Order: sequence, then structure tokens, then C-alpha cells
Amino acid sequence: MSASIAISKTPDVQYLLRIGDSCLIMAQRLAEWCGHAPVLEEDIALTNMALDLVGQARAVLTRAGELEGRSGGTAHDEDQLAFLRDERDFLNLTLVELPRGDFAVTVLRNAAMATWLKLLWQRLEASSDAELAGIAGKAVKEARYHQQHAADWMIRLGDGSDESAHRLRDALALLWPYFAEMFESDEVDAFAADTGLGPSRAELREAWTAEMLPLLAESGLTPPAERAFRSTGTRGRHSEHMGYILAEMQHLQRTFAGAAW
Amino acid sequence: MSHPESGPSAGPPQAGPHPLGGSTGVPAGRGADMSHEWPLWEVFVRAKSGLDHKHCGSLHAADPKMAIQLARDVYTRRQEGTSIWVVRSDQIVASDPGEKGSYFDPMEDKVYRHPTFYELPKSLDHM
Repeated sequence: MSASIAISKTPDVQYLLRIGDSCLIMAQRLAEWCGHAPVLEEDIALTNMALDLVGQARAVLTRAGELEGRSGGTAHDEDQLAFLRDERDFLNLTLVELPRGDFAVTVLRNAAMATWLKLLWQRLEASSDAELAGIAGKAVKEARYHQQHAADWMIRLGDGSDESAHRLRDALALLWPYFAEMFESDEVDAFAADTGLGPSRAELREAWTAEMLPLLAESGLTPPAERAFRSTGTRGRHSEHMGYILAEMQHLQRTFAGAAW
Repeated sequence: MSHPESGPSAGPPQAGPHPLGGSTGVPAGRGADMSHEWPLWEVFVRAKSGLDHKHCGSLHAADPKMAIQLARDVYTRRQEGTSIWVVRSDQIVASDPGEKGSYFDPMEDKVYRHPTFYELPKSLDHM
């Protein structure tokens, strides 16, 4: 059994872990569709996107591990960060750890996250960290496609049968409260914005809303009212679903340390 | 418990499942009734500029935009392409397989239709 690692709490590392972990856990959820998507072609599309997100997570976690070493902590590689961290040390948005739900939940979450990630990558292309800027330049193309794919499906479901429209409405009611965390800002965001590492999440709100509201309207959806509820995954406090996803994701490396094939 | 593993062929989704409870969420009808199937599209991919688009397979999609997107995901995910064409399979007019004999066999013994009887000048290396 591999022991857990302790991670650096410096703000630059935390900022990168929030991004990398959101990609990683989102990928894990999307990959659950492998073999179960509504049609074969869509099965391949969803798993393609999961692999894109794994690629983004690998690059960002690798960079986060390097920065740990540089700021005087212990450097870690991508595998250690993905497989040997405890739940509280994962800093992904709570939104991405929620169960994949039905196809409407998946499509809506994909649209919200792809839009958010696209806007984030666009800004990270100008990051003061050249490594991160390079990762963003590649990732932004992938996010753009993910966004288009998900947006098309939202409109199809919203404008489809009564069944698909009501499932999409249910999905929005379910996920909407979790969108707020995408735009919460704290001292980590402030550090990133001050140093030019990347935008604070609050900076993304306006652009995200400008892209999502027309899409919601075209999909026949009305945005629900703002709620006081705030999820706290980016602070390491997760929903009840997180432990299960980590158990599945980490089991092999925890049991057989360094296993490879 | 409604289970996502039941898959699309298991019939219409159960009434009112919780959105996190699984099931596919796509309008019912695939399976028994073929008239609800998405139409079939033929996919042509160009590997690099300068080359022809080559037929590489087919897929089901609801409309042209979806067909192009799915073709991208199904047929170019290993860097096979720089351009994609799709065409509705029912829009392709094909020769009749029953006429194969009368259409193609007569060409069998017409070797003189190949330009292989010319002496080529030495300066032409590659023909």
C-alpha cells in the first residue's frame, strides 16, 4: 500500500492543482461513458474528450509538481499527484466530481466546463509562466471543440422531444448551484492575478455568462435564480462522491506501487 | 435501480429517473423500429493537402453538422485527416452488382487499352 504524499500549499501550486485536478476528475467522469454512450459514434467522441482532458491534466500536474520543488518543497511527478494524494488535497471544482448522471447532465456539464476552460486557457496563453502558457496554447483548441460539441447537443436536447427537454431542464436545476464555484475568488486567485500567473476565477464570469446565456436560451432553458450555496472543492472540501471516484482511480497504484504496463 | 449499463437497446428510458441515476437520456426508439434510426453517411477523409479524399467508412448521424463532427471523432482521432467530406449514403448512386459481369468482364482481354506498348524516352524516369 502506497502512503499518501503531502503537497505544497504555496499559492502557485494550489492554482495549478485547481486547474489540473478539474481536468483530471472531469476526464475520469467522462471516461465512464466508454461502452455506455447512447450511440457508438458518441461513445468515441466522449472518450476522445476524456483523453484530451487527461492530456491537459498531465501537463498541468507535471508543472505543478515542478513548481513544488522550485518553491522549496518536495517535487512530485504527475503520477504521484494523481494517484497518491488524499481527498482533501484534491482541489478540483465540485461540479466535475458529481456523478455523470444521464446524457443531459453530461452534456450540460461539458458545455459549462468547456466554455469555462476555453476562457481560462485563452487567458493562460499570456501567463507569466511560459510552461503554462505553452500548455494553454494547445489546450485551447481542444476546449473549443469540446464546447462546440456540447453546445450542439444542448440545443438538440432542448429542442428535441418532451423527454429530452425535461431531462435537460432537470440537469440545469441539478448543476446550476455548482456553477457558482467557477467564479469564486480567494487568496490563491488574487496571487495568480497579481503575479500574472493567470486570471482569478471572478474574471471569467462575465465572458462565461455572455457565452452561456444565449446557449441556455437557444436550448429552451431559463437560468435558475442565484443561490447562496457554494461548493468548496477548490478548497479541498468535496462532495460525498469524491471518495468513490478516488478509490476507483487510485486503487491500482495504491495497491501495486509504480505498476506499469 | 436504473442502470446506465442497460444501454440504448433496452428501450425507452424509465419514467422520471433522478438525473444522476443513470440511463442515457436520448429519445427512445433505437432498436426495433428502423425508421427512427439516424440516417447513414459515407465519410471521405483527405490525409494531407494535395491528396484525394478517400472513402474510409460510414456512420450514423442526425444531420450534416453532426455527421462532420462524429466523422472527426471516429475517423481522424489518430491524425488521419486534414479535411472531411460526408455524404448521405442514400444520395450515392451505385452500379448494380447484378450487372457486374456485363459491366466489367469485357475489359478483361483489352490489354491494348493500357499504354504499355510505347517505348519511353530515357529522360522520362518515372511514369
